[in-house]
Amino acid sequence: MTTTLPAPHATDHLDVLESHALFILREVVAECERPVLLFSGGKDSAVLLHLAAKAFAPQQLPFPVLHIDTGQNFSEVLAFRDRAVEAAGARLIVASVQDSIDQGKVVDPGPLGSRNRLQTVTLLDAITDNTFDAAFGGARRDEDKARAKERILSFRDAFGQWDPRQQRPELWQLYQGKVNPGEHVRAFPLSDWTELDVWQYIGREKMDLPSIYFAHERDVVQRDGMWLAVGEFVEPGANEEVFTKTVRFRTVGDANCTGAVLSGAATIEAIIDEVAVANVSERGATRGDDKFSETAMEDRKREGYF
Amino acid sequence: MKLATKDLLRLATIGSVDDGKSTLIGRLLVDTRQLFDDQLDAVAAASEKRGIGDLDLSFVTDGLRAEREQGITIDVAYRYATTPTRKFIIADCPGHVRYTRNMATGASTADLALVVIDVASGLKEQTRRHLCIAALLGVRSIIVAVNKMDMVAWSDLAFQAVVDEIETLSRELGFSSTLAIPVSALLGDNVATDSPNTPWYDGPSVLEALEASEAGSWETAQGARLPIQWVLRQPGGGRTYAGMVSGEAFHVGDMVTLLPQNIETTIRAINFGGEPRLEATVGLAADFDLDDETDAGRGDLIATHPLPLVTKEFEATICWFGEKPFSANGQRLRLKHTTKSTPVRVQAIKGVINIESLSIDEATSLATNEIGLTTLLTSDALVVDDYREDRVTGSFVLIDEVTNATVAAGMIGHASFL
Repeated sequence: MTTTLPAPHATDHLDVLESHALFILREVVAECERPVLLFSGGKDSAVLLHLAAKAFAPQQLPFPVLHIDTGQNFSEVLAFRDRAVEAAGARLIVASVQDSIDQGKVVDPGPLGSRNRLQTVTLLDAITDNTFDAAFGGARRDEDKARAKERILSFRDAFGQWDPRQQRPELWQLYQGKVNPGEHVRAFPLSDWTELDVWQYIGREKMDLPSIYFAHERDVVQRDGMWLAVGEFVEPGANEEVFTKTVRFRTVGDANCTGAVLSGAATIEAIIDEVAVANVSERGATRGDDKFSETAMEDRKREGYF
Repeated sequence: MKLATKDLLRLATIGSVDDGKSTLIGRLLVDTRQLFDDQLDAVAAASEKRGIGDLDLSFVTDGLRAEREQGITIDVAYRYATTPTRKFIIADCPGHVRYTRNMATGASTADLALVVIDVASGLKEQTRRHLCIAALLGVRSIIVAVNKMDMVAWSDLAFQAVVDEIETLSRELGFSSTLAIPVSALLGDNVATDSPNTPWYDGPSVLEALEASEAGSWETAQGARLPIQWVLRQPGGGRTYAGMVSGEAFHVGDMVTLLPQNIETTIRAINFGGEPRLEATVGLAADFDLDDETDAGRGDLIATHPLPLVTKEFEATICWFGEKPFSANGQRLRLKHTTKSTPVRVQAIKGVINIESLSIDEATSLATNEIGLTTLLTSDALVVDDYREDRVTGSFVLIDEVTNATVAAGMIGHASFL
């Protein structure tokens, strides 16, 4: 097969999405006093950090990077976090769910329980403590039906709450980030990107990612229709059989609620081919946290979740 | 590795509440297999739970709890679809008059409007309002899905009656192309596949029409524009000016004018993401190095001839979304235009658009969701083009100084049909 090189100035959908994201990043930095970039170590926040570096090159990032550490991360993801933040020359702030537990603000769910929902408290406290008035997130509208409804600049009241019935009109590309003290906006530069766009962009930009996105052998158990990685945060139950499988992760969340998918895709090219023909959504395939109820994401977002 | 170059088509659904916009988008996404199995299962489960049949297709986009409980769309849902050559961004907009601000949000970035009309009820006032707003926002062409054809026994006469109505209005509003298609969103006729129930119709299905329609901007741009967003310090002490290009492309060596200072200079270099380029095409988030030292900053604009207008007083078309009326002695407002914010005062209200007749009625204020013509006076000078010439330098929003809420969409000048 022969590949034709695009004309020197041809713009495709990735160019349009990329420039739009750079524009949003700059607009929020210009309009808001104290922005921060929320970084999970997943592919979307990796793309976001990459875009932020491009938007302000050759200067350093004009905002810090915030990681909400549940204490239940994959070690490969923490290693990538430190690598990526150093490469971007950014300042890292880590806010820990364990601290929120120690302060009695949330209840410890136990060593194996999910801390997913507790993160919201830690996140909102970190925003208040640092008086951030804007927080960039890597959320995409194709991930979930509640996210599909959200503005690119999404207003949060003094309690960190999202009111989906009272969103600010968002006309053209006139992003409006002004808030009163105590309020903040979440800004989502990847709103219009799909999972496939993200992978195509990672391939085009030859980006670094956590190794767990690529196929590898791992001990897994089957639980709630998902393959969970056996390890510090997932212990096999009495009736659970441990399998050794070739897997990869399509999303990165806490180790005890993020499922692996059976996959031999070991390169970005193979992943793009896999994503292009997938018949299950990335959150549907891999996220226990969305399976609680019909509106699990909307309910968490209203409370102030990512 | 699939890296085929795709273009991007942005479309918005418009029309009155209950005419079937969300159902049509749901049908289109389901029949073109753009939905994942688990998403489809979730829609089926939610439909069953509310006792409304096997699959309520509107639930594909009506994702909020309140929307599903009330059976109406409250806010825009964005959905994505791809074909081998095109990426679609679909804004499924609410039809209810109360949520007109959200419809305008969805339509403001659209290249094309997919208008949905219930064949039995014809053009309602809300459909006319949406079409009028879409025309004002500059949506160039419309595809009209005449829906619920199964309810009128696939009557070509009923279809033709709606087509006659819409063609008259479309001509008045100046859409460049209008294509009407008889469909049943519920059953899928003429949505993704041709219907055997409409032998008298030989045009394209909705899907075919979307694939064939023209993508991209519609403005009759003259001159390149770069509203400065941010100043980047370069190693060695220089500065570059970052922004997104509109109108036409800039090239290294172009003679440009910095406005409102009115300083003529030349583009020495163009960068993107820290890498040099020879050209900055429309939509590129680039930064420019200029030959002469200037005091340029955020809110200023770099332009080529013909130059935009520098002014503090201008005529504008306003879509008012505020709860209190828009008037000369109303709330304190701030205006955001490109990358500049400035206090603004209402000098005069020239009138309100009568949605039925498309004429201008006399008025001293605008109520929520009314559209009117006004003269505004800003504290700082703005660098503007007519909205019909440049969507970026011709548009602005009004912001309530107290709550920071966005209360109006504004367009410099007025449409030719007014």
